[in-house]
Amino acid sequence: MNNQTVTVLVGVGAFLALLGAAFAQDAAFEAHAWVLFFVLAISTVVMLRQMRFAPAGAAARVLDDDSGGYLDGVVRWGAVITLFWGIVGFLVGVIAASQLAWPVLNIEPWFNFGRIRPLHTSAVVFAFGGNALLATSFYVVQRTCRARLWGGDLAWFVFWGYQLFIVMAATGYLLGITEGREYAEPEWYVDIWLTIVWVAYLAVFVGTLVKRKEPHIYVANWFYLAFIVTIAMLHVVNNLSMPVSLLGAKSYSAFAGVQDALTQWWYGHNAVGFFLTAGFLGMMYYFVPKQAGRPVYSYRLSIIHFWALIFLYIWAGPHHLHYTALPDWAQTLGMVFSIMLWMPSWGGMINGLMTLSGAWDKLRTDPILRMLVISIAFYGMSTFEGPMMSIKAVNSLSHYTDWTIGHVHSGALGWVGMISFGAIYFLVPKLWQRQRLYSLRLVNWHFWLATLGIVVYAAVMWVSGITQGLMWREYDEQGYLVYSFAESIAVMYPYYVLRVLGGLLYLAGSLVMAFNIYKTIRGDVRAEVPMGAEAEALVPAE
Amino acid sequence: MADNDKKEIDELSGVETTGHEWDGIRELNNPLPRWWLWTFYATIVWSIGYTIAYPAWPLIDNATAGVLGWSSRADLADEVSQAAMLNQDKISAIQSAAVSEIAADENLRQFATAGGASAFKVYCVQCHGSGAAGSAGYPNLNDDDWIWGGTVDDIYSTLMHGIRYDADADTRFNDMPAYGGDEILTRAEISDVAWYVRKLSDQDFDETAAANGEAIYADNCAACHGDTGEGVAELGGPNLSDAIWLYGGTHAQIAAQISNPRMGMMPGWGERLGEAAVKQLAVYVHGLGGGE
Repeated sequence: MNNQTVTVLVGVGAFLALLGAAFAQDAAFEAHAWVLFFVLAISTVVMLRQMRFAPAGAAARVLDDDSGGYLDGVVRWGAVITLFWGIVGFLVGVIAASQLAWPVLNIEPWFNFGRIRPLHTSAVVFAFGGNALLATSFYVVQRTCRARLWGGDLAWFVFWGYQLFIVMAATGYLLGITEGREYAEPEWYVDIWLTIVWVAYLAVFVGTLVKRKEPHIYVANWFYLAFIVTIAMLHVVNNLSMPVSLLGAKSYSAFAGVQDALTQWWYGHNAVGFFLTAGFLGMMYYFVPKQAGRPVYSYRLSIIHFWALIFLYIWAGPHHLHYTALPDWAQTLGMVFSIMLWMPSWGGMINGLMTLSGAWDKLRTDPILRMLVISIAFYGMSTFEGPMMSIKAVNSLSHYTDWTIGHVHSGALGWVGMISFGAIYFLVPKLWQRQRLYSLRLVNWHFWLATLGIVVYAAVMWVSGITQGLMWREYDEQGYLVYSFAESIAVMYPYYVLRVLGGLLYLAGSLVMAFNIYKTIRGDVRAEVPMGAEAEALVPAE
Repeated sequence: MADNDKKEIDELSGVETTGHEWDGIRELNNPLPRWWLWTFYATIVWSIGYTIAYPAWPLIDNATAGVLGWSSRADLADEVSQAAMLNQDKISAIQSAAVSEIAADENLRQFATAGGASAFKVYCVQCHGSGAAGSAGYPNLNDDDWIWGGTVDDIYSTLMHGIRYDADADTRFNDMPAYGGDEILTRAEISDVAWYVRKLSDQDFDETAAANGEAIYADNCAACHGDTGEGVAELGGPNLSDAIWLYGGTHAQIAAQISNPRMGMMPGWGERLGEAAVKQLAVYVHGLGGGE
């Protein structure tokens, strides 16, 4: 499709959105249709202007240039937007954490915790993590297949279509439009749009695999493909619902009661398993050997742990529903499959860490590699903690407490965040043809700010979570509860303040990164003593 | 990439590669780490054992029950009955004794206080606060100002039937007229009587206005609040002569309350918690410090 056709289609979309606003059945849908109209109308105007000024738009050309034979424009945009959504997501996280410490910060109705919290989780999981996966998968699949992305500009549709999904999801939350399903809050029409985008993503990815010039498919692509296929299945099944009206924001789930709860956690746990684990393992399998300059440790291990991981993960969801109305047998299976998942998860950690054998010295001088390695370390820690927490006896203490929140964040901030940062630091100089990053020392600053932030966050949540769990189950010698729920909340205050501090450190690291990436893209190079060269630097350089 | 499918030995580790190469990435053909493999096997064996012991495998219309015969429902029923057994004697003693007798009996009083404190944390803290100190509109239970009476029997009765609680015919009920809203008194009269109430409670007041208010008070207010504002517990008329104010003690706040009174409600807990638990609550609240 040429640019004129696309522009016309977006313009028609804007017009349809306007009609949607005019004939909306409820106020929420009307507001949301207005949001869609403005987004599409502005996009139309931007596209019209680009058409006229394209030859003069030098900046856009650099960003979209893909003369190298690979379609890299979409990866450049992806790298930048990943960082943008990351900062948004971390900032909203700090706000949500502050609201828990200081409830006065709940600004009704648009910015209360109930709306800010899904905004935070979706912004980090889908906007930050999702764009990191899109960008890196497009980069990796082209390199490891020696083939340009299949489908012409379809990859661009996937990219912009996904951004539209994010904007619609985020604005929907703030308007109070929600299905109330964990990590799947957007309403039915946004779900349908994501399904279309996702099928296009699958087509681009599989199409590129099919026309590859390498005899074998690289392990990173197995993981990316498992992620794309499984998320498609999870998304469709979990969101089966009946809209109240074709021009209304409300829908009702196809499931009810405990079946609904189990469907949600089948989805929710595998969003963690396939979005945040399998997809990012794909990232690890490319960027770790590239940055370390060493072969992958074990081909056999990668096969075994791949199949074991994807077979076992899908059954582990019921461990989110221990001691609920879910039948005992389903709880048991959820637990044992989680236990069996421990080693398959660690297979990825071993393959990542052992790939460094023979290159461990590089950790001294390469902060990007350091970032990738600590990410794998957090992955190993979280994938041990997860099976442990799925054991019913442990779960009876940890469930519903901050321990779970801490667990999720050591996975999200540690594993997902750090490996994405490492990948972007690797990609940006290559994508913009710079000799190196603006400053490796700033990467080191980012590394320490983020690591310290995670350690503070996770440690504080362990203490507060276990405190909560113990307070809730504290009985006196006559068999009566000792603490009220409100008392356990009052005790949380110092931990919630410390959590804000941890989040701020992590956010500060990402701002350092944004500055570094901005300077790199501009083409600046900071004159600095190389990392690990302090010994030589003792000789006065003046 | 001419070396595709050509196995070679990695110089650093001495391990053979698979011969594949993608964008410069090669793969070593290391075997699975033994400890990894055996731990994986161990988790599988343990899982099989666990699923034999506990309910696990779904069949057509039920699931395997597990050789231990464990179920979460039976487990819960067990714990609940154990907890009930633990205090069976004391609970039945409380059931049969009058609440004033419980408060007088050292043994029973201690037990009732523990149980009452526990129930209070679950059902009462939402309005009265975890320290029972109340807040605007919700009475403090630690002081000696009792709107409906502060003996343990009074408290018991309030707890059982609630206040202005429609679902209970024996609920405590009164209704203060809206002197401003229903235009029973003029704005000036309301202001005057509010100044008089300030005088009754030993606060700063306007001499002339309070003098005017005295007669209005005697005609309209004294029946429920007492001649000197000391309150009438039988009618639920709050004491106006002390420093304790449910809706605030400034002149404006008192005048607002006279004009359009806010009257709180409390559910009756008898139906929901049962007599024994309510008796324990009454003993606990009575013992908080302000009981009469």
